[in-house]
Amino acid sequence: MATAEHAHDHPPVAHQSSRVDSRLLGIYFFIASEVMLFGSFFSAYFFARVVVGGDEGWPPPGFELPVYLAFLNTVILVTSSFTMHWALQSVKRGNRSGLIAGLTLTFLLGLTFLLIQAREYTRLGFAPYDNAFGSTFYGLTGLHGAHVFIGLNLLLYALIRSVKGHFGPEAEKHLGVELPGIYWHFVDVMWIIVYVTVYVI
Amino acid sequence: MRNPFRSEAEAFSFVLVCVGVFAVVAVAGVLFGGWVALAVFLVLAVGLAFYIKGAPKEAEHVAAHGGGERRCILVVANETVAGRALRGEVVRRAEGDADVLVVCPALNSPLRHWASDEDGARALAHDRLEESLGALSAAGVEARGEVGDADPIQAMDDALRTFGADEIVISTHPPGRSNWLEKEIIARAQERYDVPITHVVVDLEAEREAD
Repeated sequence: MATAEHAHDHPPVAHQSSRVDSRLLGIYFFIASEVMLFGSFFSAYFFARVVVGGDEGWPPPGFELPVYLAFLNTVILVTSSFTMHWALQSVKRGNRSGLIAGLTLTFLLGLTFLLIQAREYTRLGFAPYDNAFGSTFYGLTGLHGAHVFIGLNLLLYALIRSVKGHFGPEAEKHLGVELPGIYWHFVDVMWIIVYVTVYVI
Repeated sequence: MRNPFRSEAEAFSFVLVCVGVFAVVAVAGVLFGGWVALAVFLVLAVGLAFYIKGAPKEAEHVAAHGGGERRCILVVANETVAGRALRGEVVRRAEGDADVLVVCPALNSPLRHWASDEDGARALAHDRLEESLGALSAAGVEARGEVGDADPIQAMDDALRTFGADEIVISTHPPGRSNWLEKEIIARAQERYDVPITHVVVDLEAEREAD
């Protein structure tokens, strides 16, 4: 009787594929949904660009984007992927100070990116409600900026945990760094696409 | 197919690939205009998609020798696990004294696999396995069984971590009807494991007609 009661204390152990960890699977699905979200914003951008830009040119006359400042931001964000990778490699090798330094640098680079973007917004000279160009520009870059903000929160959480010594070289013990890392690289990839699409071509 | 976000390291590599791809797109855009850049992007994106889709699973050599006194035989089979031809082969090879482990991969649809919805597939594989173990027991071979991963190579890898096999017997449907043969499971297993691999073809339809 006691055994039967004990058996109901917790749910049965779930079947676990040896290839896809459920937590990794969660981040895959999340990234897939994010790709669809960004895809919808890109669709709106290209629709506006073809429909409006076909008559007026794109960007419309009188609108100019700070291409070189955005390039600097691109370099900053790509560099943050390197530091993120370094952080994870450090924890895999049991190098806690490398992990903390990597996460700190990644966080600071991400914060710099966001501050530069905020500064850019204040000096652009146009607003989201001005026209379709403004709407799609702020929509795409703002959506990405929101993702950077979420990523910074994840990084800060991982950084606090790493300072407290929660992570270790074993695969199970550094998932809390690996998952934010995957998210951060995704945000980086999206920015590269946004930059080339919106600022360059 | 390779998932570029399967791990942090692969996601990082994907960032580097994207930097390269979009640098080329940006240069094309600056030099030749937006439409050329779009064409370059499409060409590179298609190339990248083919690369991701066609990336072969990395070859890895796995030692599988048992090295014990008793001969260890690993049997891998799915729907054919209860076939007479396989049973006969296992009985013949296990003659004398042998440890036999039968692994039955839980065949699943790709969607269910990626959603980790494996309960149904594992239940079916378990039923087939029970039938096979019962038939082997009746034939005088005391074997034990496990339900394995849907990928037979992965299932063998998993089994060999705890079962040092001296030989592996893989059972499939006949050519033309076997998904495993299409995926060259036998050749890949021969390349991957340093123990003899025996391929047994089980024609369930022929066996049913013979009954």
